[in-house]
Amino acid sequence: MGGILEANRADVHRDNYLTHGKTIRSWAFTVDHKRIAIMYMVGVLSMFGLGGIFALLLRLELITPGPTFNSDPTASNNFYNQMFTIHGAVMVFLFIIPSIPAIIGNFVLPIMLGAKDVAFPRLNLASLYFWAIGALFFVYVLLSGAIALIFDITLPGGFGLDTGWTFYTPYSTSASTTGVIPATLGAFILGFSSILTGLNFIASIHMLRPKGMTWFRMPLMLWALYSTALIQVLATPVLAITLLLLVAERALHIGIFDPIYGGDPILYQHFFWFYSHPAVYIMVLPALGVISEIIGVMCRRHIFGYNFIALSSIAIAFFSFIVWGHHMFASGQSPLMNAIFSLLTFSVAIPSAVKVFNWLATMYRGSIRLVTPMLYVLSTIFVFLIGGLTGLFLGSLSVDIHFHDTYFIVAHFHYVMMGVTLFALLAAMYYWYPKMFGRMYNERLGQIAAIIVFTGFNLTFFVQFVAGAQGMPRRYATYEEQYHIYHIISTVGSWVLGLGLVMVLFNWVTSLKTGKIAPPNPWGANTLEWQTSSPPPHDNFKVTPAAGDPYALRRWQFVKSNDPAVADGWELKPEFRARLEAAGPGHRVDHRDDDDEDGGSQPAVPMPG
Amino acid sequence: MSAIDPTAIPHAAAHAAAADDHHDHPPHLAHHFDTPEQQFDAAKVGMWTFLATEILMFGGLFCAYAVFRFNNPDVFRYSEHHLNTTLGAINTVVLLASSLTMALAVRAAQLGQKKQLCILLCLTLLGGFGFMGIKAKEYYDKYHHGLMPGAYNSYDRAGNPEGFQEHVLPGILGAGGHGEAAEHAVAEHGISDQSQTTYDAAPSDPEDITPAHPAEGTASQEGQAPGGAEETVDDAAAQVELNQRLSRIGPSYVDPHAGQSDAAKVRPNFAATTGVVTSQLPESHGVTYTDLSVKEQSNIKAFFSIYFLATGLHGIHVLVGMGLITWILIRSAAGAFGPAYFTPVDLVGLYWHLVDLIWIFLFPLLYLIH
Repeated sequence: MGGILEANRADVHRDNYLTHGKTIRSWAFTVDHKRIAIMYMVGVLSMFGLGGIFALLLRLELITPGPTFNSDPTASNNFYNQMFTIHGAVMVFLFIIPSIPAIIGNFVLPIMLGAKDVAFPRLNLASLYFWAIGALFFVYVLLSGAIALIFDITLPGGFGLDTGWTFYTPYSTSASTTGVIPATLGAFILGFSSILTGLNFIASIHMLRPKGMTWFRMPLMLWALYSTALIQVLATPVLAITLLLLVAERALHIGIFDPIYGGDPILYQHFFWFYSHPAVYIMVLPALGVISEIIGVMCRRHIFGYNFIALSSIAIAFFSFIVWGHHMFASGQSPLMNAIFSLLTFSVAIPSAVKVFNWLATMYRGSIRLVTPMLYVLSTIFVFLIGGLTGLFLGSLSVDIHFHDTYFIVAHFHYVMMGVTLFALLAAMYYWYPKMFGRMYNERLGQIAAIIVFTGFNLTFFVQFVAGAQGMPRRYATYEEQYHIYHIISTVGSWVLGLGLVMVLFNWVTSLKTGKIAPPNPWGANTLEWQTSSPPPHDNFKVTPAAGDPYALRRWQFVKSNDPAVADGWELKPEFRARLEAAGPGHRVDHRDDDDEDGGSQPAVPMPG
Repeated sequence: MSAIDPTAIPHAAAHAAAADDHHDHPPHLAHHFDTPEQQFDAAKVGMWTFLATEILMFGGLFCAYAVFRFNNPDVFRYSEHHLNTTLGAINTVVLLASSLTMALAVRAAQLGQKKQLCILLCLTLLGGFGFMGIKAKEYYDKYHHGLMPGAYNSYDRAGNPEGFQEHVLPGILGAGGHGEAAEHAVAEHGISDQSQTTYDAAPSDPEDITPAHPAEGTASQEGQAPGGAEETVDDAAAQVELNQRLSRIGPSYVDPHAGQSDAAKVRPNFAATTGVVTSQLPESHGVTYTDLSVKEQSNIKAFFSIYFLATGLHGIHVLVGMGLITWILIRSAAGAFGPAYFTPVDLVGLYWHLVDLIWIFLFPLLYLIH
């Protein structure tokens, strides 16, 4: 009964991907997707920290209606412009767009496919290098400007950026004196990372599925990653050419975006948002895939409406390309275009709602385990509801004219980008933490931190809806007294949120050494990554497991651990073990007997200690 | 019964695994693929996806072209005579031929014909060099005529007045008053070759939008006599300075076909997009500089910006392709490719075909449509 768990205790000392090669060279030149994922994790989370620090600084500036840091209003405003640009650009380009695909996708996708690696492992490493180089470049340009401003020194190439992360023309082409060109080139380099990762995932999902795993037998995470990859591959090149044109305009005055040289600034907005709207679905789709993965497992229920959830990911990817004009309702588009984009924007809400309804149906009559990943899943659904519905407000043309460029927009996108993507990333990190590191995190600390993060997040951003509806403009460092109370609440909320996130980080780092040893399958899930050891060996599987229904949870039974140093886990029921052995590696197992899509939930299990 | 350990190797599979370790699998088969066919197919999927990204990127550029062309149709009719269609056509043939040799090279690799493969790759590379050489000549010609992109363009009257005087003005005024517009003005309007309607009829005082009647503008016009080089330069400079001030109050449109009344001479037209309605001009009459509105005149340089951006970005891709072909050539000479493994040749071939395809679109859009 304890055999599997005792065997896995030895696993920690047995060769796994973390111990396979211990030199820096073995990490820097690895083609192992798991190591690449861990390196992405360190880099991307560091960028999150950087962006977060500037968010806290921003909110500190906003806690008083007048200038807070610097009494001179012009200097204060200039600094504020740089702060929100750094915050936005770092968060969007360096954190959110890579986050779930690069960290979770890289780690989990090949293992879910029962494969040894992605289709192009060296290209995967190249993606990482592009990200790192772009990050170094971009962060240096942005930070050096901010530091030069704060300490009143000149740094070599200390340009900074104050255009906002959107680089709107004509300010960015002619009026801004900051480093628009180097910053744009940094974003250009980062785009390659995104494109190559997407390319890799598309090829992997097409070519590396095992026998028996047809498209509609894939885990939903892979559907989400595939849709994301489609967007990455098709939309990011348009950003590439837009940035090139921006650089050419600023350097050579070619006359495309800047009216002084004969150009059209609205053309820039069209180009920019043609990429940036699909980009927000790059941010959101993998997050929704994570939710689909975790929710059934934590309710001990087969996911409800698999086909609908899978196809809704593709539908979202498709619709995301035809709604970009809703960012430009107030920019002077013709009324006809405004109306068309408004109508189309409503359509993109439909597949998103399909997902939410299917999740709710999955939870219905389930036996819900409120472990930390599940707390984040529930938080995500809650904030997705708010963020998504306010998106409908903003998609309504007449309402958006009032709300455009107010804090309502700021609140909306923080609810969807931060609420959905960040919370889902946290859920995914906690869910796959045992698999990645072979240890369980501290459950109690995780739950407390989750509640603090949720509270802080809503404190920070919910009041911004109200402030925005009452007319508080965005990107303003100073404001009227009537908005003061909202900003105070929001800033205090940001401190609570920051505290919670620090607790999360503390949990992850300390559990690396002090966490209980994790079994192969701590959650009782049926996707293929849980059928190898935690952490996985260098080439993922000793024997390619059999593919079947990824959500057939009834195969698994809960096993309590006798050893206090080892966490509880799940093992295959004996009757399924025999059938899997008979089927052989990589073959499909008849699902009719274990598909409990229409069944009730399994009995409740004790909370992990 | 012992609990199942998914990490333990079932008895039967252990044998197979051991056997796998000893049998020689194809040297080019990567460890994460099961068969060479799977690896090849994956490589093709990846390459086609990459080509799709390239198409999207150039698509943005074509979009910019389309927007610009829609807004300034006459600029295209005017500017096309600066492009050498013959050289462009030769480039097209060269690139098409190199695509043919590339396809044949892929076939040679599949058949294991090493010598043919190397020869064909060399020919493809030669085609690439030829293309870039002709492109260099075209660019040099543009440089010589002061038609570099952006701020260095001679059509940028305000930003580059020296270039404008040196390269564009002679074409309008002509040596001895026999330039294109001068002849046009004489033939159509009976106006003396000393006065150029659009050029001179700009008001001398920006606040005063009543026009320069040819008779009234004599002060600036006399200086236009092509014989007096110094006066031409001085007054041309003054005119340029004037136009610079004028451009800040919005474009004004002068209809060279309008009557003599003051009001009709100059009417501020902030929404003017085209100059003369070119469809009303006789067939044989090409669009001349003075037919364009002031706004379009200032947009001519954008045509060259688009030309250089599009052909420049394409040229960079040709260079990258040439580098890839060189790499493949070296590997082919070393005997790396054969019927069992020719994937890199195939993928580089696909890239080269894409580069050719983009040129097939660029050539008519830039050189042929006018």
